Amino acid sequence: MRKKKTRRKIKFSEIYLWLVLLFIYLPIGFVVLYSFNESKSTAVWNGFSLRWYQTLFQDSSILEALKNSLLLGVLSCLAAAAIGTVGAVGLVKAKAKAGGVMEYISTLPIMIPEIILGMVFMAFFSVLHLPFGMVTLVIAHTAFCIPYILMMVRARLAGMDPALEEAAMDLGAAPMRVFFDITLPLVMPAVLSGSLLAFAMSLDDVVISIFVNGPRLNTLPVKVYTQMKFGVTPEINALCTIMLAITLLVLVAYRLAVYKKAD
Amino acid sequence: MKKKKNLWSFAVLPLYLFTLVFVVGPLVYMAAISFATNKEGYGVLWRFTTENYRKILDPVYLETFQQSLKLAFSSTLSIMLLGYPFGYFMAKLSDRRKKRMMLLLVIPFWVNSLIRLYGWIIILQTKGALNGFLLKLGLIEKPLKMLYSYPAVLLGMIYTLLPFMILSVYSSAEKMDWSLVEAAMDLGATPAQAFFSVTLKMTLPGLLSGMILTFIPSMGLFFIADILGGNKIVLVGSLIQDQMSRGSNWPFAAALAVILTFLTTLIIYLYRKITHVSELEGLY
Repeated sequence: MRKKKTRRKIKFSEIYLWLVLLFIYLPIGFVVLYSFNESKSTAVWNGFSLRWYQTLFQDSSILEALKNSLLLGVLSCLAAAAIGTVGAVGLVKAKAKAGGVMEYISTLPIMIPEIILGMVFMAFFSVLHLPFGMVTLVIAHTAFCIPYILMMVRARLAGMDPALEEAAMDLGAAPMRVFFDITLPLVMPAVLSGSLLAFAMSLDDVVISIFVNGPRLNTLPVKVYTQMKFGVTPEINALCTIMLAITLLVLVAYRLAVYKKAD
Repeated sequence: MKKKKNLWSFAVLPLYLFTLVFVVGPLVYMAAISFATNKEGYGVLWRFTTENYRKILDPVYLETFQQSLKLAFSSTLSIMLLGYPFGYFMAKLSDRRKKRMMLLLVIPFWVNSLIRLYGWIIILQTKGALNGFLLKLGLIEKPLKMLYSYPAVLLGMIYTLLPFMILSVYSSAEKMDWSLVEAAMDLGATPAQAFFSVTLKMTLPGLLSGMILTFIPSMGLFFIADILGGNKIVLVGSLIQDQMSRGSNWPFAAALAVILTFLTTLIIYLYRKITHVSELEGLY
């Protein structure tokens, strides 16, 4: 009797999970579908066509924006990974008195609404007379990428056995050597997953970028946002379909690599 | 020993420096200009005034705050009701299916969030997919106007922020010791009792952190209101953006931002008081 009941419950939970997933994927499905639409309008289906993929590769402004976004994501992730990883190790090791407060302040960029970060960057950079463009974008994105990496690396360090580092030290390794030979390899998974998350956030950010990108430089989300105000062309659908396809390919490749390793 | 310690203090230096210059600096600057006078046209005049704060009390702006809070509360509540069961059910799946579900949740993050909202426009527009579907079923006689309304903005908020709630609840529920629930049931608790006295309590940190992770952004995501709400719904975020660009009143924008920062910091402070957890669950 009891068993039957639980089985029914599991069924309900499964339906629920799939329904919510449907809700999450439904609009994505429509974006993909309409990237193959012959018509420019999204109201009618005029038949299958690859026309928008063709125009996409001729549209230099979209490709330029995509290039900017990728460059921005890579640069700010690298900077954030360096500062965040070394900082997290330092915070844990030094046990500085002001550590708690500083740690809180370091994570502020993801604790306050993006809009505030965007506007304070805009005001501050213009006072410093920094040229708005890639430089300001990289600084702003690094600022909100650091917390993701910092928090992940710190969590990883917390679960790490200190004896490993002590052993290396006892055997005469210099602190620098200990960091590069022991600590860094151990926290690397956290650095990578933090960077990946930060990269995704950077690639998706519109709120902060719109304040600091300057008049000439577009990132992809900013470009999409301005287009959305005047009417999106299906090229954007095509671009997103391609990006989704690349993500899926990378995932599949990763999976295959992992399975191969397991064999 | 002493030398070693010095070296580690040196390691935090880049982090401290960057944070001081590019996080604390701008925030302090914002607080400062919120008390400065607006220069007509462009920029700031350094004359002390509290006018920017008094201006917020103007009914027009108060209503904006009220509307933002209303939207933030209703979206957070809906996300909670929708996301909690998901995180809970997901934690009960087998390890393999957990991983698969996680992957399915993370993939959409790689589709630009604006584009996902654009997908909703395709669905909701007057000649769109949903209206066509309802017309075909004969449920409605003429297309409904669904886009550019409050419900559309609410839907956009729920849609954009739901994964954060799911991931926080899941990370709490995943760590939970389910034998406690069994113990409660063995001691005679009904499933509902066991849920409220054990499960809910154990997953509370995840639930609360999910609420913060959805509430705070929902105050500032002006582009959702912009895209799905037309010009009808003005949020604090839209107001700040407007004052920074077209309105070109930086001191007033700064005052709005200070109030918003204060509100969100207060909420996080309360969260820490309630849960005694210093980090937000589900971020890693």
